[in-house]
Amino acid sequence: MKQHFLEGNEATAYAAYHAGCRFFAGYPITPATSILNTMLKILPPAGGIVLQAEDEISAAGYCIGAAAAGMKAMTATSGPGMSLCSEQISFAVGAEIPMVIVNVQRLGPSTGSATRGADGDIQSMRWGGNFGGLPLIVLAPTDAADCFVLTVHAFNLAERYRCPVMIASNKEIGMTKESIDLTSLSAEMTSGVQKLNFCESADHNPPPLFRKTSSTHGPDNYLTTAPEEIAAMLEQMRHKIESNIEQFTFYDEIAAPDAETMILTYGVTARAAKAACRMLHAEGKAVSLLVLKTLWPVPEKLIREKTKNLKRIIVAEMNMGQYVREIERVLRDKQVEFLGQMNGQLIPPSRIKEAVCG
Amino acid sequence: MDSLLNKNRPPVFCPGCAHERILHATDKAFQNMGLAPHQIVMVSDIGCSGLFDVFFNTNALHGIHGRVLTYAAGLKLARPELYVVATIGDGGLGIGGAHLLSACRRNLDITLLILNNFNFGMTGGQFSATTPAESAVGSAFLNALEKPMDPGEIAVAAGAPFVSRASAYQKDLPEMIEQAIRFEGFSVLDIRGICSGRYLKQNKLTPKMIEDELARLEPLKGPVQRNLRPEYGRSYRERAKSLTPVSMPEGIEAKFSAPQQARQEVIILGSAGQRIQTAGEILGMAGLLAGLHVTQKNEYNVTVMVGLSISELILSREPIDYTGTVQPTVVIALAAEGVARRKEIFSRLDPECLVIQAADVEIPPTQAKIVPVNFKEQGIKNPDRATASLAVLAGMKRVISWEMLDAALSEKFSGSVLAEIRNQQKGLDISS
Repeated sequence: MKQHFLEGNEATAYAAYHAGCRFFAGYPITPATSILNTMLKILPPAGGIVLQAEDEISAAGYCIGAAAAGMKAMTATSGPGMSLCSEQISFAVGAEIPMVIVNVQRLGPSTGSATRGADGDIQSMRWGGNFGGLPLIVLAPTDAADCFVLTVHAFNLAERYRCPVMIASNKEIGMTKESIDLTSLSAEMTSGVQKLNFCESADHNPPPLFRKTSSTHGPDNYLTTAPEEIAAMLEQMRHKIESNIEQFTFYDEIAAPDAETMILTYGVTARAAKAACRMLHAEGKAVSLLVLKTLWPVPEKLIREKTKNLKRIIVAEMNMGQYVREIERVLRDKQVEFLGQMNGQLIPPSRIKEAVCG
Repeated sequence: MDSLLNKNRPPVFCPGCAHERILHATDKAFQNMGLAPHQIVMVSDIGCSGLFDVFFNTNALHGIHGRVLTYAAGLKLARPELYVVATIGDGGLGIGGAHLLSACRRNLDITLLILNNFNFGMTGGQFSATTPAESAVGSAFLNALEKPMDPGEIAVAAGAPFVSRASAYQKDLPEMIEQAIRFEGFSVLDIRGICSGRYLKQNKLTPKMIEDELARLEPLKGPVQRNLRPEYGRSYRERAKSLTPVSMPEGIEAKFSAPQQARQEVIILGSAGQRIQTAGEILGMAGLLAGLHVTQKNEYNVTVMVGLSISELILSREPIDYTGTVQPTVVIALAAEGVARRKEIFSRLDPECLVIQAADVEIPPTQAKIVPVNFKEQGIKNPDRATASLAVLAGMKRVISWEMLDAALSEKFSGSVLAEIRNQQKGLDISS
C-alpha cells in the first residue's frame, strides 16, 4: 500500500479533478490558497481552466458562467471571501446552477486570524449567506480522506439536485498534512462519479438553447409574477434538498451500548472527540460518539435514531455555540450541553473528556 | 437572415428609450453576421440593460448587478465557440468596476455593450458613475460633488484592445456592433442614449447633444493599437498544451521500520525562515517510509520570513485522531519565537523526552533530556537548522533512522540541494 502525505486542501483538489471538475476560479486567501495552487497544477495540462479572480464575487461568478455552459466548477475561499461570494451562491441556488464552494474556515469575525482555525461559519453556511432563505447542502470533513470523499459527493449532489454544495472545511484540516491512501480512495469513489447531467447539449446538433436567470422565474426560466408559479418553483427548490436528506446523510459513529451520554460533533473537533472517547473507554466509561458529515440540511432522522436510548448529548464545536441550537431543537426531550472554544486552537481531547465526566 | 429577437417577448422599454434602438441594432448586427440563436449567448445583469437577454431568442444568462463580465468570462472559457455579448448599464459599470478592469486586462473574446444613459433608470433616476455633475437627478445634490467617469478612457487605460464610443442614434450602430463582435478579444462599446423615463424628466438631452459631446471627445474607434495582443482563451489553451499532465501523486511505499514502536509526538519550535514546515514534511515522509500514520499540524503567523513557526508531528502505528501534541517525545527548540509560544510545555515534559536545543536559544527548565547543538559552530545557517536537526534525531535513532531520513530527503529534494543537505547532516551525526 502506498501512502500520500497531503494537506486536506490538496485532497480536495484531487477529489474535484476526480469528480470531473474542469473549471476552478479562486482568489488567494489563507487558509484556502493551496486549493487554488493545486488546481493550477492539475487542471491546465488536463484541458481544464483555472482563473485567478479579481475577488471572490467574480470567482463564484466565473464558476456560474462555466457551470451554465456545462462544466463542473468549483471555488474555494475562507470567511471573508464567503461574505463576498454570497450573492453569487444565492444566484446559483435560485437559478439551480450546480457548483461546489469550499469554505476553509478561519477564525473570525471579519479578517480575524488568517492562519488559525475555527468553525465559526456554520450557521451562516446554512443559507450560504444567501438571501431568500432556501436550504443548501453543506458537508463537513474531519480529515484529508474526508476532504477527498466529501468533495466527490459534493460534485455528485450538485449535479443531481442542481444546486450549489458547500464543503465546511477548517484551517486545521485544509492545511494539516497527513498520510492518506489516495489510490484506494479514488478507486472507491470511481463508480459513484455522477455524469454531468446539467447540460446535455453535447448530444444535440444544434444544441438546445440554455437560459438561466437570477430573477424569480417559472419553469421556462423567464421572469414570472404569478404567485402560484412562484410558490411552486420555490417549493420545488426547497423540497429537492430537504426531502432527499437521507440520500446524503454522511456520518461516523462509535456506539457504546450502555452509554447514557453521547458526544455529538463535526469537523476537526471530531478527532479530539474520538481520542476522548477512546480514553474514556479505556477507563471503562461508556460514552457514544456521533460525527455528522452532513450538516445542512440537519439530518434530523439520524440524530433522533442515534440518540434514542441516550439521556445526555454534549455538542462540541469550534465556535461559541452554533450547531448546538439545531440539536436543542431536534432533541427537545434530552439534556443537551454545549462545549465550545474560539481561541484559534483545537479543542483538546482532555476538555471533551472532562465535559463527559461532568 | 431572420431576426433573433424573441417573438414571444416583445421589448417593454419606456417609449423613447434608447435601449430599444440598441436592441434592434444588436439584432441587425447578428443578422448581418448570419448568426443562429445557438451560436450566441446574451449575458446581462441588473437594471434596464438587464432586460436584453429576455428579448433575444438566444442562449441567455441573467445575473446580479454589475457582475455580467464574470458570467461572460466563465461562459467564454467553457464554450469558446459561443459569441458572448454582455450588456451593462452605467449603474452596473459602477458597482462592477473591478470586473471591467479585469476584463480589459484579461482580453477574453467578449463584447461589452455599455448602455450608458447617465442614471439609474429602474430605481428612480439616481446618479450613476457617468451622470454629469450639472444634471438634476434623483440623488439630491450628491452628483454635483462627483466627477463622472469616462468608460472608454478607463477601458483603454486598463488594457482593452478594442474601445468605441457611439450614440444610440447613429445610423451605422449595427455595423459598429458587428465590428466589436467580430473583433477577437475584449471589445467595449460605450453607447450613449437617452433615458426617457427618468433622466429626461429633469434634464434636456437630445441625440444632437450626444453627437456633439462625442465630437468633443478624443475619438475612440475600435482597435487600440497599444493594447492589441492575442486573445486570452486562445493564449491559455496554447500555453496549457505544452504543460505536462499531472496525475495523482505517486504514493510512498513503506520500506523501513521505525526505531521506536511507540507513538511519537515531535514538536519543532522555530521562526519563519528556518524552514520549519519543510523539516516537518520530511519527518512526515520518513514516517510514511516506515509505514506509519502521520499528521503534521503547523502554526505560524501571517508574516513571511519573520515571526514564529511551529510544526507538530505525530507518527503512529495506529490511525491518528487529535492532531495536536499532548505529550511530546521530542522537542526541537530552534528559535526564541517558537519556544515563547509553547513555553508551558517544557515543565511537563517527562525525563524520557528528548529536547534538541540550539545553543543560542534559551528554554524554560525541564526534566527532559537535553541535547545541545551548536549549529553556528557546525557551519549550519539559520534556514538549514530545522532540516539539519533531523540528522541529530537519526543519529540518536530517535523517531527516525538514517535510512528513513535519507529516503525522505530523496523524495523531497534532488541534485545539489540534496547533496548539500546530506553534507551538512554528516557533521551532526551524534552517533559517529
